[in-house]
Amino acid sequence: MKGIRQAFEEQLDELQKHVVRMGGLAAEAVEASIQALVQRDVELSAKVMEIENQIDAFNLDIETRCLQLLALQQPMARDLRTIAAVFRIITDIERIGDYSVDIARQARVLAAIPLFKPLIDIPRMAETVSRMLHNSLEAFVRRDLDLALAAVQEDETVDHAYHSLHDELVEYIQRDPSLTLQAIRLLMIGVYLERMADHVTNIGERIFYMETGELKELHE
Amino acid sequence: MGCDCKIRTENLTVSYGSFQALKAVNLSLHSRRIIAFIGPSGCGKTTFLRALNRMNEIIEGASTRGRVFLDGKDIYAPEVDVVSLRRSVGMVFQRPNPFPMTIFENVAFGPRLHGLARGSDLAELVEQSLRRAALWEEVKDKLRQSAFSLSGGQQQRLCIARLLAVEPEVLLMDEPCSALDPISTLRIEELMRELKRNYTIIIVTHNMQQAARVSGETGFFLHGELVEFGPSSRVFTSPEDRRTEDYITGRFG
Repeated sequence: MKGIRQAFEEQLDELQKHVVRMGGLAAEAVEASIQALVQRDVELSAKVMEIENQIDAFNLDIETRCLQLLALQQPMARDLRTIAAVFRIITDIERIGDYSVDIARQARVLAAIPLFKPLIDIPRMAETVSRMLHNSLEAFVRRDLDLALAAVQEDETVDHAYHSLHDELVEYIQRDPSLTLQAIRLLMIGVYLERMADHVTNIGERIFYMETGELKELHE
Repeated sequence: MGCDCKIRTENLTVSYGSFQALKAVNLSLHSRRIIAFIGPSGCGKTTFLRALNRMNEIIEGASTRGRVFLDGKDIYAPEVDVVSLRRSVGMVFQRPNPFPMTIFENVAFGPRLHGLARGSDLAELVEQSLRRAALWEEVKDKLRQSAFSLSGGQQQRLCIARLLAVEPEVLLMDEPCSALDPISTLRIEELMRELKRNYTIIIVTHNMQQAARVSGETGFFLHGELVEFGPSSRVFTSPEDRRTEDYITGRFG
């Protein structure tokens, strides 16, 4: 049914497209930051910062659009929930961008020194996070609750991987304290990825709210 | 019956000739609430409001079936005094309609007619009613002036004072602010919130934001049917019926 509020519908549609573009940039930043680490590529680290600047710009732009829609259109029901969800989702995407920069900074430092262990857990965690984020954005576009919930469930995988990484690095440190600084840097990267997964879970919860009107924690 | 409610309708159906304006409405409305009814033009919301004090009966060709209970008593029972009913369940209309009298006389008219007060008691009742309608301070020095000397918003508050003077239990308001400017509208809405402490207020409005602002519960009418009724906080954020969602999001109107 063609709505009588066509201009509003177009603005809402545009808003959602911006969210997807912003999320896409965040996914790009995550992937680039891990590649910078794995390939020891300092230039790629710098690229992550550029992407993050674009994410920040989207954040401000989308927030402004949301406020204007609220003030000028007085949305109700599903439209209101969509805008309320977008407010929160962009915050989570923005944080994912920030963590990508944090990873890129560590990658820049680690590129200058030999690593004491091969990178296995970290790239795997990053792959899961990247997949969670892509699926969440897809779920947002399609309003697919099953896909959103599937993405949320993968958070547990990331949590387990982080704990494994933590235990492994602690063992390394206990065996050879001179590895402490590097181990801490690697652990921090694990923390950033674990936090990214949490933010993707938040996105899933907001998608759930958009569709059902119910606010609830979807993960433990 | 087992309902602790001020007004209850049972299969309330109103027809104008062959046209069914209201279809089997079943509803319970509790006291000391503001309840709003929304819906597109011709949906039956005003017909519903008028059925609550038998105002539909003044329309030629109107017929009412089903029942309406006020405090458990059927208002359509043959022994019901309609004049007395309309004192208990008073109505405010879209366009303020003060009597062509002084401000004082507008408010005194009803109590005098019903023998509620006289002399100094009447003057006190007029003052109390004007205070309760948040109008006293603005008119206390010009009670002998014509009601038409007041602004639209003031006239509407005068009409509310006129109602309050005859000690109603329920106030029916049919788009009470649609002829008023935004400031006057906000004043009337403030007044509604005050009055809710002592009265049951049922409002029909085209202004969804107003319904959302002032009411605790909202009902949505469409083609004579009560499609949805519930807490305003839920109806305007997560309506249960797709038709309600489409209306309040402006997909049709």
